[in-house]
This record gives sequence, structure tokens and C-alpha cells, in this order.
Amino acid sequence: MQTAALEIQGLAKSYTVGFWRKTLKPALLPLHLSVEEGETFGFLGPNGAGKTTTLKILMGIVFPTTGSATILGRHFLDPEVKRQIGFLPEQPYFYDYLSAPELLDYYAQLSGMSSDERRARIPALLERVGLGDVGKKQLRKFSKGMLQRAGIAQAIVHDPKIVFLDEPMSGLDPIGRREIRELIQGLKDEGKTVFFSTHILTDAEALCDRVAVIDKGELKGIGVVEDLTSKRADKSEVVWQGAHALASVGNLLSDIHVTGNIVRGTVANESSDLLLEKLRHQRARLISVNPLHGTLEDYFLSHVSIAEPAKVKA
Amino acid sequence: MTSRLAAIAYNTFREAVRDRVLYNLVFFVLLLVASAPLFGQISIGLERLILINIGLSAISILGIIIAIFIGIGLVFKEIEKKTLYTILSRPVRRWEFITGKYLGLVMTLVVNSAFMTLGFYLALLWVSRGLGKTDAGLLIAIYFIILEFFIVTAITLLFSSFSTPIFSAIFAFALFVIGTFSEDLRNFAALSHGVTKWLFSATAYLVPNFSALNVISQAAHGRAISGKLVLFNTLYALLYSAAATAAAVLIFERRNLK
Repeated sequence: MQTAALEIQGLAKSYTVGFWRKTLKPALLPLHLSVEEGETFGFLGPNGAGKTTTLKILMGIVFPTTGSATILGRHFLDPEVKRQIGFLPEQPYFYDYLSAPELLDYYAQLSGMSSDERRARIPALLERVGLGDVGKKQLRKFSKGMLQRAGIAQAIVHDPKIVFLDEPMSGLDPIGRREIRELIQGLKDEGKTVFFSTHILTDAEALCDRVAVIDKGELKGIGVVEDLTSKRADKSEVVWQGAHALASVGNLLSDIHVTGNIVRGTVANESSDLLLEKLRHQRARLISVNPLHGTLEDYFLSHVSIAEPAKVKA
Repeated sequence: MTSRLAAIAYNTFREAVRDRVLYNLVFFVLLLVASAPLFGQISIGLERLILINIGLSAISILGIIIAIFIGIGLVFKEIEKKTLYTILSRPVRRWEFITGKYLGLVMTLVVNSAFMTLGFYLALLWVSRGLGKTDAGLLIAIYFIILEFFIVTAITLLFSSFSTPIFSAIFAFALFVIGTFSEDLRNFAALSHGVTKWLFSATAYLVPNFSALNVISQAAHGRAISGKLVLFNTLYALLYSAAATAAAVLIFERRNLK
């Protein structure tokens, strides 16, 4: 039987708050999650949902209040496990007095790589993340996109089996986002397990095999992206030419838009045959019928609480 | 383990070396030492004595300043800037991180002291028109100053493992000042009675004994320093530093790095 790459068993975290530090504020409610090897898993949620807390626990940066987790079958804090994982924190800062090769060499050393391995891997890796020509330039002179690519490089310098990325696209311009997306796609193609948190849903939709949605520290839903997005495929969008037909089919439609002689509307799947027959009868010219899939955004919005918009003073 | 410790220590050293503030401090001490002969012109015949006192005191004070001001940020900066996250996600134990940081700063201070010592001896050579046997004895005073750095760095690291940089600096500097007068505390305890005696004795033994490590005056007057004191001070500094670093590790091991 294949071992899960990541198995989270009831991990929870509460912080003490208040002057006397006696009040417990939960940051993460007991979380149960399993990620298979080779999977690209998206951990979605609005800011402050508990995504970073989960990752911090898994990386051994904060300790869980309760629960445990295994990574590749071993306890998540086992040093042996840490040889197999790579991590990119949210909006990372790296030692800006170092050059990219020095940074990678430092992290590779910490991961236990020999000097021969480091010499062979680092130049190739810099090339792969598009930093092959940076030479001895210090990181303080890097752009945000370059820093993020250096960040991905440090996360995979030791060729880990699982890569954890915390909001890898946040704060990047569209070009930077595309570059990082391509790097993640590359990791996926290599067969690595990628676990990344994000609140940018299009990225999750484009890259992930499965996603989990978390809000206010609580897991709201989990599933295969296609399943989650096709849950609303019980309706179709119909477009035709011939506005005169609207009078006889209007009762079957919702969301009707008329532009000149072109009509666009939504029909329930059980009424679509009847609609098409009536349109044919009315000699309207059918342009298209498309099943309506829900987007990941629809799923996300239906599972997280949306904060009330701030009131603007007049 | 050794390679991880060495990597963290070397990176700490590299950061300090690439920090321009450090160069300014070194420049300052070299300038001070170079200007010492001018003080000698004011007090004719005492150039050598003044040079040794000012030179060694400058090496000591500037080293302490470097130890405290870099030491307070050693852990705090890594948490604040999240660089620690990428370190702890690797097979690095928390004690290795603390010990590596400690060794890196100590290494920085030793290298700095070596440069300052070189400047100091050049100034001494110029003032004395040659170096005598007693001048070699000054190296023991410098060695004791380095032992002071071992302790101050460990104490600063201990405070910075649970406190903010400002409070760490205040605590470490206060402890350095109290430790400098630890001999007086002992003398005061000897003259006291009851609770006061107990309180002052406990404080005197708890704070680092920097009085015993300060032999600048003896060295300046060419008085010999016993091998027993060298041995005792070495053991004392190593044990005190190890205890303070171990305490820092114990605190850091349990800390949630939010």
C-alpha cells in the first residue's frame, strides 16, 4: 500500500492572549488531512484562516496544542523527514548580504549535502529558476520576483520529495506569477508532492489535483478540483439568434440577456431538450449550448465566511 | 552535526564581516590606538603605560559593544525576518542553531581582536622603539579580554532567546557592569551580616566575575600573571559560557516562533 506523503491527524493550535495570558485563542481547530505522493495540493483560505499556522506547525516552527502528523510515514519533527522536505515561507526574506549561489550553498550544507553534490547541483538549479546569470550579485539587489525564484531554489536545492510553499505567488506581478506557476508545474511534472497555500484561486485551479478550503481555523471542504467545480453543472448556457423566440421560451430561462437579435440565457438541464425543440420550431438559429461549471471561486465563496465590507464615511 | 554548526557559525561570521558598522568600530579602535602616543606627549615618560591602558581598554569595550549589539539581534533578526523558518525546516536542531550562532559571533570577536591586537602592537612598537619580554605578557591580558567576550556573548544570547533586543541590550550591559564590580560585591558581602551578606554573596557568585578577567593594570605595569589564574579564568569562562548557552537553548527549544 502506498504511504501518504502527508497525514495530518487532528493538528490544532491555540495561542494564549490577554494581559495574564490566560485566554486561549484558537488559530487552528483540529485538522485532519491526507495528501498522496505526487499530488499537487492546494490549501486555500482567506488571510488569517490558519494556512500559515498549519505550515509553521509542520515545519517545527510552532508546536501544536494537540494532534500530530506524519510525513512520508515518519513523525513530522523527525530530522530524517526534514531531509525530504523543502519549504518556502510567505514573503520570505533571505540573508541579503549573500549572493544566490552562496545562499543555496548555505542551505544545501544545512540539508547535509556534500561539497561535490553542491558543486554539481547549484549552478544547474540557478539556471533552472532563471538565475543563472546573476553571478555574485547580492540578494539585496534582487527584484521581488527574483527573490521568490531564489526562494523556490532554496526549497528544492536538496532535491526533496515534498515541497511546502506558503503563498508562493503573493505580491508578485503577472510575469512573476507566471514564472512561479511554471516552476511549480515543473515540480509537479517531476513527480514531487507539492503542498501550497494560496488565496489566489486561479493559481490553485490551474495547478492543483486536490484542494482543501480552510476558514477561521476550520476545514470547510476538501476534494478534487474537477469535482468541486462541476458541482454546479446542472445548468447550461444557451445562446441563439432570433429574439422573437423569447416570448415562447422565456419561462424556461433565467439570467436572460438580449443584445440586438442575440439572446443569452441559462436553462436547467431537465428543460434543455424542450427549449431546443421550441427554438427549432420558432426557426431561431442556435449558436451554442454550454454546461455551466462552477468555478473554484464559487466553491470557495460558498464555504468561507465573507467579511462585511468596511463602511465608507461620506 | 559539525558541518551544520560550522555552516551556521560561518554564516554569522560572514554577516558580521559584511556589516559596515563593524568596520567602523575597527577603524575607531585603530585610530584610538594610533593616537595614544599623543596622550603620551601630555604626560612625558608615560606613553607606554597610557598606550597599554587605552589600547587594551578600547579592545575590551569595543568588543563588548560588538558582542552586545550583534548578539541581541542574533536570534531576534532571524525570527523577525523569517530566515529561521527556512533553517528549522531543515534537519537543523534548535540547539545547533543557537550554538552555531554563538560560535559565529565568538569567531567574529576573536578575528576582530586579532586585528586590533596587531594595531595595538604596532603602536606599542612605535612608542617603545622595540618590543620586550614583558610585552608578550600583554597577550595574556588580551586573552582574558577574549574570555570576557565568550561570557558576554553567551549572556546576550541568553537574554535574546526570550526578550526583545532593547531589553536584551539593557540586561546584558547591566550584567556586564555588575560583573565588572563583582570583586567589590564580594568585599561588601564579607563586611555585611545576615540577609544582606547572603544576598550580596549570592549576587557576587551569580554574576560573571569580570574583575578576575581584568588584568590590564597588572599587565601595563609589567607584573607577571600566574599560570593558575590563566587556568582558572579559562575554565571559569568556558563553564559560565556553556551554562548561559545551555540556558538559552533550553528556553529556545520550547519557544513558539510566531
